[in-house]
Amino acid sequence: MKQTPLNAKHREANAKLVDFSGWEMPIHYGSQIEEHHVVRTGAGMFDVSHMLPVDIKGEGARAFLKKLLANNVDKLQTTGKALYSCMLHEGGGVVDDLIVYFMTETWFRIVVNAGCAEKDIAWMEVQRDQFAPGLQIIPCRDLAMIAIQGPKAAEKFWESLPGSEGPTKPMKPFTAIVIGTMFVARTGYTGEDGFEIMLPGRAAPYMWQAMLDAGVKPIGLGARDTLRLEAGMNLFGQDMDEKTTPLESGLAWTVDLKSERDFIGKDALLRLPRAKQLVGLVLQDRGVLRGHQKVFTAAGEGEVTSGSFSPTLNCAIALARVPVGVNVGDEVEVAIRDKKLKARVVKYPFVRNGKALV
Amino acid sequence: MSIPADLKYTKSHEWVRLEADGSVSVGITDHAQELLGDMVFIENPALGRVLNAGEECAVVESVKAASDVYAPIAGEVIAANEELEASPDLLNKDPYGAWMFKVKPADAGDLGGLMDAAAYQAHVDSEAH
Repeated sequence: MKQTPLNAKHREANAKLVDFSGWEMPIHYGSQIEEHHVVRTGAGMFDVSHMLPVDIKGEGARAFLKKLLANNVDKLQTTGKALYSCMLHEGGGVVDDLIVYFMTETWFRIVVNAGCAEKDIAWMEVQRDQFAPGLQIIPCRDLAMIAIQGPKAAEKFWESLPGSEGPTKPMKPFTAIVIGTMFVARTGYTGEDGFEIMLPGRAAPYMWQAMLDAGVKPIGLGARDTLRLEAGMNLFGQDMDEKTTPLESGLAWTVDLKSERDFIGKDALLRLPRAKQLVGLVLQDRGVLRGHQKVFTAAGEGEVTSGSFSPTLNCAIALARVPVGVNVGDEVEVAIRDKKLKARVVKYPFVRNGKALV
Repeated sequence: MSIPADLKYTKSHEWVRLEADGSVSVGITDHAQELLGDMVFIENPALGRVLNAGEECAVVESVKAASDVYAPIAGEVIAANEELEASPDLLNKDPYGAWMFKVKPADAGDLGGLMDAAAYQAHVDSEAH
């Protein structure tokens, strides 16, 4: 298994380490639920060094990304601005979802999922060779990545890194700046304020320790999953994949079908019928929603794509792909083992900035 | 946590305690709760249900996963721990105190077929490799 530069820090903290997409990563450091609450109420940090930053460098970077990505990088006009997008194949299915940062016209940075990284690079290179042969695609494998998240994340980050408050305090959500060898983005995957910090791997243990010293708790990937689910954020491989389109995955807001721009997968999205949609579910009965459970609705059958116990709401919640025609407020049934339990269809996110929304 | 010497164990990580009235209490071991993580839901067998040894009869769910609990011995379910349904986290905090259900054994001699603490420890060790 591959290890991140923070592996020794996880062992020092008695992490339970598991295989995550070929990486040895902490699932929790004791209690996943406690870690979840820390991020909703204080400040927690995640090692997300398994994710891969990929730099797109050279003349024509913007034009290439307008072809490569379903969202429109023309929305990025100020230095450091970030955009969430899917990268589609010709059939409209999702190769991966990612965040792209605009730094200069000859430098965009993309951060992709760990499990998709090799496939993504191969895909980008094939497209590059066809549409922008002069462009460089540079995987930044030497960078580590730490996410610090929670209502107290910003102040704890400033406390940990003297001099960081000046440049990062004015940062708006979904922007990034470069500070020396660090790339600091006000982004995350929890529904809370915070930063994602990309930095040289050899520096990562020192940054981690400084944040530990400031009282920031290490948080495992288990809590990362319940936090992102409460925040209504999709997970590639569960809520969407190469067989589903963003339009049937609750991601229509990230797909630009209005402009004249021709991107990979656009024809398929315009052509394919849109029969399914992603909705939120809150279980009314006792039990736990899980991926792949069947959902029975008045409009036909669907399936839970991500489900778990929500520590903030103290009940089971899920994202589910159901037929178009199911509406918020509907009551549906979910097959859990030998029972059919009642669930309510809700608009997600379920939780944002520490507050329950459903 | 050491494995209590006064209990019996199954390969599927249930523990069994013989009570003074001849019934047996069933729970899940410390090793089992450790593997599963924070518990959020349990479902016990219905009172009066007659269990076969080795039969799936209850469910425990952590944030991470659902796991079946198997009947360690044959018998009738005579009690279920309702406190656990409200506070599944007791399985994490006090695994050998938090019994799930009680069975009136069909044959008290069946307990002899279960593992003692030393055998269970060896079983846990063997699964770790």
